[in-house]
Amino acid sequence: MENFKKLTKKPLFLPIFCLILVLLINLIKSPDFFAIKISNGVLFGRVIDILNRGSEIAILAVGQTLVVAVSAGTDISVGSVMSLSACSCCMLLAGYGNTNVSALVMPIAVGMIAGVLMGGVCGAFNGALVSKLKIQPMVATLILFTAARAIGLLLCNNQITYIRVEEYKYLGNFIPGCPIPTPVFVAIAVILVVAIFLRKTALGLYIQSVGINSRAARISGINSDVICFICYVICGLCAGIAGIVASSRIYSADSNNIGLNYELDAILAVALGGNSLGGGKFNLAGSIIGAYTIQAITTTLLAMGVSTDVAPVFKAIIVIIIVVVQAPVFKAYMAARKAQKAHVKEAA
Amino acid sequence: MKKRIVAGMLTALMAVSMVGCGGASSDTADSGNAGSDAGADAGTEEAAADGDVITVGFAQVGHESDWRTASTKSVQDAFSADKGYDLQFVDCDNDSAAQIEAVRQFIQDDVDYIVIDPIVSTGWDTVLTECEDAGIPVIVIDRTIDDSDKYVSWVGSEFMNEGLAAGTWLKDYAEAKGISDLNILVIEGSNGSSAQIGRTDGFKKIADAEGWTILDSQDGNFTQDGGQQVMESYCKSYEGQFNVVVCQNDNEAFGAMDAMTAAGVSYGVDKDVILISFDACKSGLEFVQSGDINADFMCYPLQGEYCADIVQKLEAGETVEKQTFMTEPWYVAEDILPSITYTNNAGEEVTEELVVVTDAASQASY
Repeated sequence: MENFKKLTKKPLFLPIFCLILVLLINLIKSPDFFAIKISNGVLFGRVIDILNRGSEIAILAVGQTLVVAVSAGTDISVGSVMSLSACSCCMLLAGYGNTNVSALVMPIAVGMIAGVLMGGVCGAFNGALVSKLKIQPMVATLILFTAARAIGLLLCNNQITYIRVEEYKYLGNFIPGCPIPTPVFVAIAVILVVAIFLRKTALGLYIQSVGINSRAARISGINSDVICFICYVICGLCAGIAGIVASSRIYSADSNNIGLNYELDAILAVALGGNSLGGGKFNLAGSIIGAYTIQAITTTLLAMGVSTDVAPVFKAIIVIIIVVVQAPVFKAYMAARKAQKAHVKEAA
Repeated sequence: MKKRIVAGMLTALMAVSMVGCGGASSDTADSGNAGSDAGADAGTEEAAADGDVITVGFAQVGHESDWRTASTKSVQDAFSADKGYDLQFVDCDNDSAAQIEAVRQFIQDDVDYIVIDPIVSTGWDTVLTECEDAGIPVIVIDRTIDDSDKYVSWVGSEFMNEGLAAGTWLKDYAEAKGISDLNILVIEGSNGSSAQIGRTDGFKKIADAEGWTILDSQDGNFTQDGGQQVMESYCKSYEGQFNVVVCQNDNEAFGAMDAMTAAGVSYGVDKDVILISFDACKSGLEFVQSGDINADFMCYPLQGEYCADIVQKLEAGETVEKQTFMTEPWYVAEDILPSITYTNNAGEEVTEELVVVTDAASQASY
């Protein structure tokens, strides 16, 4: 019992608990939800779908967590930036004005790296507005939220640009001979790089101190502005990577739809991970679990064949429950009730 | 101090961006006016010469898709100068206020006819009353106006018929191929859009009458990614149970094809799954031609000819139908059925031919 109590006190307990709860519903409803088999040379199953489809949100959640921690605000431009980097990549690969190509004008790697860098540039723009000009994060990122998608449309000449080259599909689908979807590897790589970067350098600590009190951090010798700027650039790069993955899935740049509403999922992932949107302390693992929880809900609703008009309602109900369970007020209330019960028992 | 600088810079930025946007729009407005002035001059001159140049104002939604671009071009072609028209074209860029403004400008310019593709379906009564008072007939195309009937005619697609045609084709096709048991999966379009409602209802009507099993029907949002995600899920839920997939637009069909390929399900002509799609854009028809999509039901974008026809009738003093549903081509991959016969939404029994896709057809599409 003592051990269990200790376990429930762990910061990751609730996010993991929520994810398991969502999966448990599936186990009861349809046990074959967890069935994984090899079909057509690749892994085939709902759990694989969750890992695969959740990659973009997980990648975005990594960047978003840092931004939330350092500036107590959210980057709402990530979805649009995804679209912009996908468009830049496809435009470079296809050549301006071409909408359907089967031969590339430059190597795929160049286009993809340029797309990711485009995300980085957007991140730097947001970072400069927030860290140097001290504009509120939501207002600062609102600029690219509106503009980035439109710039993407311009780059692609107002049309969906298709890259019909087999190699371009690898990143978002499967590499021949490998049974695991590539986006899973991309997500793991991004998470590992950022996690190691935070652990091996003092950046993680700096981000927390700036987030808790940026003036105090500055007085103690941390360049708060630069730390804040770096976080936004990382967030932009993550959005760039997510955009390229999303584009590779459909081997095209659909600027109107890539990353649509993903910023909300990314913010939700951070919140579901038990992170305070007020900045300061953060937990990267929590956000990533949050991201996969969101995807698990989506996949569950699809699997259960919930009618499309009511699916958002179910999603909302699940999210409300998860958020309420994690709310400090609710936790305090439960603790108080427990204490009261114990008190009554004692009196009896 | 810092705040003031920031505030100052932001104001400057806003001002610049406004000038930028304003510049662009006023440019088009100017060129539009210049065009109309020139047109009006030319019009009076020509009118003096032969007296039959017809001025038409066209307030288009915007240019968000290839479909829309095709629609714009068809109206521009139908009302071209060498056919004796002077067309004032305004691209409203999905801004409904700008569209109403454009219509008022047409009234000011005293055009002969106004063509509107309404961005929103409500809020039209006032401005249409103004048109009526000015004695200018209004023709509505594509989207509908719900809160006013002060227009002479509407030209557009009957999505219900597209669904009915798809159902009827499937019935005849299954018969011809000797398939008796149909288990259908539907990937719907964006929930609540007129295309989704019409195509779903129309298809379901036939499915219910024939006693087919519709296993599932979920929202793919009219996007390739949406179609792919829904199909991935279907391939697991209904593994080996389905033999028909209906996608409510081509993009969803592309996504569904990828998902089925990944799951090792074959689709198309004489394969495990019959694939039906709507819209019939250029790449969609290319897949019909290669036999990957069995049938594609076109959402016809070329309203221009129909509009010109209505204008000609009105000029001749004839009465016109309040609603005109365009004849839409149905494309198929195989030459085994010449036509389909069904009762359309208006209650009439119609026989429509099926077009086997050729290079010319797919290149001519939008």
